[in-house]
Amino acid sequence: MGQTFSEKVLGRKAGKTVTAGELVTISPDYILSHDNSAAIIKEFRKLEIKKVKCAEKIVIVLDHVVPASSEKYAQNHKEIREFVREQAIPHFFDVHHGVCHQVFSENGFALPGKLILGADSHTPSYGAFGAFAAGIGRSEAASVWATDEIWLKVPETIRIEMRGKLSPMVFAKDIILKIIGREGADRANYKAVEFAGPAAKSFSVESRFVMTNMSAEMGAKNGYFVPDEKALAWLEGKARENFQKVISDQDARYEAVLDVDISAIEPQIACPHTVDNVCPITEVKGTPIHQALIGTCTNGRAEDLNAAAQILKGKKVHPHVRVLVIPASRKEYLKALRNGDLEIMVEAGCLVLNPGCGPCLGAHQGILAPGETAVSTANRNFRGRMGSRDSFIYLASPATVAASALEGALADPREYA
Amino acid sequence: MSKGKVWKYGDDINTDVIFPGKYTYSVLDPGEMAKHALEDLDPAFARSVKPGDIVVAGKNFGCGSSREQAATCLKSAGVQAVIAKSFARIFFRNAINQGLPVVQCSEAVDRIEGGEKISIDFARGVIETAGEVFTFVPLPDSILQILDAGGLIRYTKAKIERGKNQGDSHA
Repeated sequence: MGQTFSEKVLGRKAGKTVTAGELVTISPDYILSHDNSAAIIKEFRKLEIKKVKCAEKIVIVLDHVVPASSEKYAQNHKEIREFVREQAIPHFFDVHHGVCHQVFSENGFALPGKLILGADSHTPSYGAFGAFAAGIGRSEAASVWATDEIWLKVPETIRIEMRGKLSPMVFAKDIILKIIGREGADRANYKAVEFAGPAAKSFSVESRFVMTNMSAEMGAKNGYFVPDEKALAWLEGKARENFQKVISDQDARYEAVLDVDISAIEPQIACPHTVDNVCPITEVKGTPIHQALIGTCTNGRAEDLNAAAQILKGKKVHPHVRVLVIPASRKEYLKALRNGDLEIMVEAGCLVLNPGCGPCLGAHQGILAPGETAVSTANRNFRGRMGSRDSFIYLASPATVAASALEGALADPREYA
Repeated sequence: MSKGKVWKYGDDINTDVIFPGKYTYSVLDPGEMAKHALEDLDPAFARSVKPGDIVVAGKNFGCGSSREQAATCLKSAGVQAVIAKSFARIFFRNAINQGLPVVQCSEAVDRIEGGEKISIDFARGVIETAGEVFTFVPLPDSILQILDAGGLIRYTKAKIERGKNQGDSHA
């Protein structure tokens, strides 16, 4: 019997052949944390040991509330910087770099076959490059800093066979929303999700990232694309060490194989207050909005900003809508600055914010008041996520959000094709 | 195990409504966290919850953000355990790592009502209500050890100390 990607990576780490369901204790290649590093440091101190076990495996990116919006956040960042110096942690990215998942990837840590842990639920993003990447909590992160090991269950794998070709104004975001809506928010709980099939190769690496990032919203432990020539080309010049591609065997055992014909999918939208509450845009078209957000780790790359700029070009956003643009990182910001897309967006009336998590998690930069509605390219629309518990969040592709920004109401991007 | 009053909720209760993101970097004390427990789901909960109470919910409890405060705030509010049809993976780990017992038992969730007094025997895997008894598969020993230690940090600390002592004996 063949093995899945996840069985292979965890087996290699455990030093034995493993199958889904087994518990293994392993040492990760990297462990990521962000502003929550201060809380992790607090737990680490309780262990009463002086030094982290492997400083070079720790990657810290400040992104959640950057630059600090209050004294408490400032203190939080300060404690992290002091710890980084004290422990001589070499991989530290201060407030000016961008969202941790993008920064981690573009700095070449997210590599095929690597085992990555992150104290953030969207850590599965790195599967876009063929890595095994799973989210963990703070106590676990502190424990890994101290001991360089963690127990993990070898996950079963769901294989998503994608076939067909995207229709105009339909993007990776629409495909993953459709899948989550169809399968439910817990379909992949504790499981690995492999995005495969003849259409998988057609997606850009950036679009693959959208899907692995949002695999967390169907409960996935990790998401995965085969690292093909596109992925390797993307990693060229970025990869910071050697790596070995790991690919599922042809006769690997899957928990399920799901068929998705991407040709049949039209623009999708997740309605309040769960990510699996998905329908075609046509069903909610015309719903008035107060704020539009284009960006975040899900859809804040130059490719996404370009999709939005194409629609906004030469037009003005609706006067009743605040349109926030948040590039995923400084590097992506620069790309969109140089290719003119940010100029188009600013001309249209958008407000460009610094790279970071921004209002996605409701901490700063565009909080919603009671009764307000936002449409966002982010990955979560839970009640209260962006501010008031009495506000409403819709999730869609950058094109759908841009079209909605123009109309002041949820809109179908196909009308702007 | 003492009886606890049940707070009953539905499916897919996410960590944003258990502990809102706006507090994740500003409310740092576990006692303070307890005051915001389930704030965006049931504002009455934090005001009225008593030590030993039990949260009962449907499938995928704790989905969404990995924030460990979702477990910490319940633990620190005095919640004895969470019984659910299923748990989101990261919350499941966080709860154990915070010393908050998690019990998976669909049958019990379907039958238990809010406000009921029930008791749980974690080692035997038994839930008792006024008129019924439900059984569940107890957590494996390796995980019960983390719960018994009062969470992962205490467990890891003890392990590091044992390692040091063993190191000394070899010296």
